[in-house]
Amino acid sequence: MKVTIEINGKPVSEEVEDRTLLVHFIRETAGLTATNIGCDTTSCGACTVLLDGESVKSCTVLAAQADGHTVTTVEGLAAADGELHPLQQAFRNQHGLQCGFCTPGMIMASASLLAHNPKPTRQEVREGLEGNLCRCTGYHNIVNAVIEASGQEVDR
Amino acid sequence: MIPAQFSYRRASSVDEALSLLTEHGDEAKLIAGGQSLLPLMKLRLAAPEVLVDVAPLDELRYVRLEGDEIAIGALSRYQDLHGDPVLAEHAPMVAHVAGSVGDLQIRHRGTIGGSLAHADSAADLPAAILASDGVLVARGPSGERRIPAAEFFLGPFTTPLEPDELLTEIRIGKQTGLGWGFEKFTRRAIDWAIVGVAVVGTSVGLINMAGTPIRASAAEAALASGSSPAEAGALAAEDTSPVDEPHATSEYRRHLARVLTTRALTAAAA
Repeated sequence: MKVTIEINGKPVSEEVEDRTLLVHFIRETAGLTATNIGCDTTSCGACTVLLDGESVKSCTVLAAQADGHTVTTVEGLAAADGELHPLQQAFRNQHGLQCGFCTPGMIMASASLLAHNPKPTRQEVREGLEGNLCRCTGYHNIVNAVIEASGQEVDR
Repeated sequence: MIPAQFSYRRASSVDEALSLLTEHGDEAKLIAGGQSLLPLMKLRLAAPEVLVDVAPLDELRYVRLEGDEIAIGALSRYQDLHGDPVLAEHAPMVAHVAGSVGDLQIRHRGTIGGSLAHADSAADLPAAILASDGVLVARGPSGERRIPAAEFFLGPFTTPLEPDELLTEIRIGKQTGLGWGFEKFTRRAIDWAIVGVAVVGTSVGLINMAGTPIRASAAEAALASGSSPAEAGALAAEDTSPVDEPHATSEYRRHLARVLTTRALTAAAA
């Protein structure tokens, strides 16, 4: 079927198989490969993107279900002049990543979390990111990064 | 992993969804949020030939107070219910349980109707609606019928819904001011429950203690005759048939049911 999705502000239109997953549409059709496929079973959160502003796991949404909707990936966060989004800058400042594989999904899940809860506690950050697995950091610096991005003092 | 080939049909109204189901019969499967169905299709455990997408039907996405009852549109998403002001006041247990399903991403997509129609005994909302004495409203080509939750869960992943029927609404009585509790034991944060329990007033719904969600009848009877939470909780595993598998033995699950029910009843009595 013909699927048109506005990804990071640009409409992407393509004839795809009905069974195409949103994550494949983003990576292969739109050519935006920052969004990773990790577990491919709705567990790890690496493929998290915003669908109409809310975090979803794009390995578990059909491209057809996103037809006519808007998607934001981590490539769509930075300003046009390259200035990093506050979450990106905070992950960098707080060393909120090591290998970086989970980071695109972690940042998009954090963006959705902060949209609902602009000043979360550390516990609320941990609960809000329970759908995203990181095998490197132990999460501590990820929590620091989200707290910094929310404009709160990072209390280590 | 990629699902087997299917034909995708998006319904733009309840009537169109019903006519698509009638047209395609057994070959068709409804998809709402897809958070249970798509993983099954990717693992090729399900391979419907036609997917009828009802997720965009906002006409079934609501929570309304109607007299002494609360009407919940079947396509309300978990996160809708978690933040809903009517549920917060009149059915806080249901709002809480909706907010504990999976993770935030799953709650942004998954729907209450999808969870109930999927009828996984390890899922949270079926037990919560069973404990709430809910009534499920289904619409088919010959009209609407109401099915009590107690008659809805026939077996693992099995309900009385016909292939041409759509679950449209869930109705529960107001639970304003009733004590409630919810406990769930999982291996990891977002996993399905090894065992869970949803309590509202003196009703106790058990998650994953049989092939379907069930009521802890012996514990409820004990409560009705004045037993303490601990005394009633000790009876929570009576007449259950929990699965015995590597993540947890059936005896361990019975132990969990007793402990978790005691905790949930204690919270409800507080």
